[in-house]
Amino acid sequence: MTAYIIRRILYAFPILLGVNIITFALFFMVNSPDQMAQVQLGIKHITPEAIQNWKIERGYDKPLFINSRPGSKGYFSDTIFFDKSIRLFLFDFGKSDEGRAIAQDISERMWPSLAVQIPVFIIGLTVNIVIALLVVMFRASIFELSAMVICVAMFSISGVFYIIGGQFLFGKLWNLVPISGYLHGMDAIPFLILPVIIGVISGIGGGTRLYRMIFMNEIHRDYIRTARAKGVSELGVLFKHLLPNAMIPILTGIVVIIPSLFMGSLLMESFFGIPGLGSYTIDGIQAQDFSIVRSMVFLGSVLYILGLILTDISYTLVDPRVRLS
Amino acid sequence: MWWRQIFAVFLACYAAAAPALPVLNNPHGPEEAGKKVLYSVFSSRPKHLDPLVTYNLDDSAFIDQIYEPPLEYHYLKRPYQLQPLTLTQMPLVEYLDARGRAMSRATARTVYSRYTFNIKPGIMYQPHPAFAKNAQGEPVYQCATAVECKAYKSFSDFDATGTKELTANDYIYQIKRMADPSLQMPIWDLVSHYIVGLSELRDDITTLRAQYPGQWINLDDFLLSGVEQQGKYQFTLTLRGVYPQFKYWLAFHFFAPIPMEVDRFYHQPGLAEKNISLDFYPVGTGPYMMTKQNVNEEIVLERNPNYHDDFYPLEGDKGDLEKGLLKDVGKKLPFIDKVSFRMENEAIPIWTKFLQGYYDRSGISSDSFDQAVNVTVEGIGLSEDMQKKGVRLNRSLDPATYYLGFNMLDNVVGGLDDKHRKLRQAIAIAYDQQEYISIFNNGRGEVANSPIPPGIFGYRITKDKNHSIEEAKRLLAEAGYPGGRDAKTGKPLVLNLDTTTGGNADSARNTWLMKQFQKIDVQLNIRATDYNRFQEKMEKGNAQIYFWGWFADYPDPENFLFLLYGPNGRVGSGGSGVNSSNYNNPQYNVLFDQMKNMEDTPQRLAIIQNMLAIVDRDVPWASAFHPQSFVLNNAWVSNYKPHGISKANLKYQNIDETLRQQKRAEWNQPVLWPLICFMAFVLIVTIPGYRAYQRRLQRKIQ
Repeated sequence: MTAYIIRRILYAFPILLGVNIITFALFFMVNSPDQMAQVQLGIKHITPEAIQNWKIERGYDKPLFINSRPGSKGYFSDTIFFDKSIRLFLFDFGKSDEGRAIAQDISERMWPSLAVQIPVFIIGLTVNIVIALLVVMFRASIFELSAMVICVAMFSISGVFYIIGGQFLFGKLWNLVPISGYLHGMDAIPFLILPVIIGVISGIGGGTRLYRMIFMNEIHRDYIRTARAKGVSELGVLFKHLLPNAMIPILTGIVVIIPSLFMGSLLMESFFGIPGLGSYTIDGIQAQDFSIVRSMVFLGSVLYILGLILTDISYTLVDPRVRLS
Repeated sequence: MWWRQIFAVFLACYAAAAPALPVLNNPHGPEEAGKKVLYSVFSSRPKHLDPLVTYNLDDSAFIDQIYEPPLEYHYLKRPYQLQPLTLTQMPLVEYLDARGRAMSRATARTVYSRYTFNIKPGIMYQPHPAFAKNAQGEPVYQCATAVECKAYKSFSDFDATGTKELTANDYIYQIKRMADPSLQMPIWDLVSHYIVGLSELRDDITTLRAQYPGQWINLDDFLLSGVEQQGKYQFTLTLRGVYPQFKYWLAFHFFAPIPMEVDRFYHQPGLAEKNISLDFYPVGTGPYMMTKQNVNEEIVLERNPNYHDDFYPLEGDKGDLEKGLLKDVGKKLPFIDKVSFRMENEAIPIWTKFLQGYYDRSGISSDSFDQAVNVTVEGIGLSEDMQKKGVRLNRSLDPATYYLGFNMLDNVVGGLDDKHRKLRQAIAIAYDQQEYISIFNNGRGEVANSPIPPGIFGYRITKDKNHSIEEAKRLLAEAGYPGGRDAKTGKPLVLNLDTTTGGNADSARNTWLMKQFQKIDVQLNIRATDYNRFQEKMEKGNAQIYFWGWFADYPDPENFLFLLYGPNGRVGSGGSGVNSSNYNNPQYNVLFDQMKNMEDTPQRLAIIQNMLAIVDRDVPWASAFHPQSFVLNNAWVSNYKPHGISKANLKYQNIDETLRQQKRAEWNQPVLWPLICFMAFVLIVTIPGYRAYQRRLQRKIQ
């Protein structure tokens, strides 16, 4: 398994390089360093000299990919791409175009993201699985039909609707929780209740349908029939026999997103004023801050690859027949 | 029925318990007893907090409460008036000839203007680690290497603080900082043009920095020929020529004092990597100091314990007494102990929290406009709900001008000849600015009669507007487009509006714009692009008709009339040209040169009127308006008067903390019955569900 993991990590390097090149190319297709300077320097009294100084100070005065200028320090190494992207492989994120240390910002903003995402993930997963098992238990009944209609409806509704509706009902009409904001430590709890509830509810439609489908594929298997024949209760059949055997497809969907929880939710953080990494990414895009955008895309890619590796490892844990080689 | 009895008991319990329920939706932390705290918002992260670097209104909302330039604007009086802030009197201005001899007044022979500043003694800086000294009188914090500073991971790790008195050298140090190329002062072109010796100082700094890269440079070691310290509290500043608008810059944070100690402190090795710099942690003598700087969530300003004597104005403007703006006259400033600015990206939470009493102030977005105000034939007033809450509406015309401009370099709409002029005149008649304001700005604005907004010298109250569509069509025909078709080719005239892609309102606005042009049978094509492409078009002169705007730097007509001054043309300026229309009329340019450095005299007014007449004839802008700001304040906020130019106004404002607590408790009683109903519903569903489960088991067994 060690050899497999090492091989997967080595595979990650060309993938990350590719992601970097694509991010770099896309970003500079729509933003030139001059435009970035204009956005950062403000609207009034921007002189060409100020723009040039800004570019020199942040290394944006160099060519994008290839430096064939006389006196360049390297054909590839003295370019914006090399300066801005290669150091990322050492997790050296540098400074944002505003001048703030990105690593410091990430270390501060990851906690609010995790504070929302971990409860949403754990509670959401539990709720979805439980509802899906109940639906399977009452299959071919009016309950299943109603549940599926409701799930399709919930799945079809935009996430923004849940957020705005939740804020209106819980925050504005009933005055039960703060409508948005964030405080640190235990004071964060009142601010987390609504995002977590909304995160969980908005995921029920899609999650329940997925898990129901997985469980329905298993419910007619021989081992289920055997369990029933042995006199195991229906709940026992579902939770002790069906659920463990359906873990492989469930893990495929969930383990891969565990590391990405760190990255937060763009929409949720923006609407609830949670100072996490999701809103950090949006801020970076809006401010045309390439340093933040590339760092967050790189970090997202690394975490996704890590999630895929963890998924493969998790297969071996839940199913002894699986061997990584 | 038994359930009726249970329901009655439940209602009785709920009714008994409800009034005693604590408020659950307060988004703020526990407040310190007896402290007056104002809650406000910021929607975008401050870009820079260094007073020399930032030229952004959002940043000014913070740093203008902290830094004190030599002058300030009178809070209540209109038109805007300057007064000394840290000075004992307004700067004394002397005019000098080429040999440095004093002249009685500015004339054509005037080569220099010398400003003398006398600083009030006894003004102290806020407590700050940069001023902390040990028993030997040496700075407590002076790391030679990044390793020595390793223990200081955040700004709060610097425990020791100190203070110092404001001296003339602090202002001089800041003026020298203007020459530092690494700081990129936004108005460098302007200050280096006027302040004697500043360009030479930049060369000296550049040379030394090349010799000692990465090291802090003490600017006290450099000579600036245009500045002379006359004593601890006095210095002179020499400008080239005559520049009356310079006094306005002296009320801007670019001229706030920065002591050498602060510059040295923030340049200790390794601090910048931890986001500890003057760009993040300001240090000033003002009424407030920044005690929390988390640009991702909250910025807190607290009363500066060392703040000097400063008092509420003794007199105000007409109507201020009736508005309750003079009830605190002569009282010591500031009134509020702490100001908390919370990061909010979305409009809905801001508005809701304002209604709940958790924010003391709010603007009015288009979504909440109908909820906040009523538009009637008598005008715009607060809605009934707002009146019940005791909310106050403050309306003020901004010193700004938004306009629909023509690119004068364009082959179709540009040019100063009669044909092209008539085409622009025809469009200007067809375009209904008042309707635009009513529909798309909710009536918040005033049709501009000239580029100069109200409250600024040269403002024109009326303008001949009685032009009919028939006249516009006649002008169009004279321009060579009878019936909206090219007289030579017979092809319809299609004009292009270059704009940025915006929100959902774009479609309605575009349709309305097209209808305006259709009035004279001209087709309008909307060319919407992203912001960067739009800027590129403007930069290269590829736009044809466009929307633009300008917000005053200072209350002088020069600051608006220069928007049409030929040498300020946008094309080829590298982004610095403010004349986005690229209008270049030699007559206008000559008059502008005459007018720009004059005092506000009848002669200046006459020149301005001549300039406006030229603009009226040439029509480089189809139309313009001055936006109006609507600000809502909750009942407990007092002494709020919007100031179009200055943001240094928090020190004047006051709040009634008791009233706020009372209203918050009244407006935010939690409503628990939906939760109880939900739980009851779950219970009701669970019981039959469990029975169904049991039946299912029974059926299987059978």
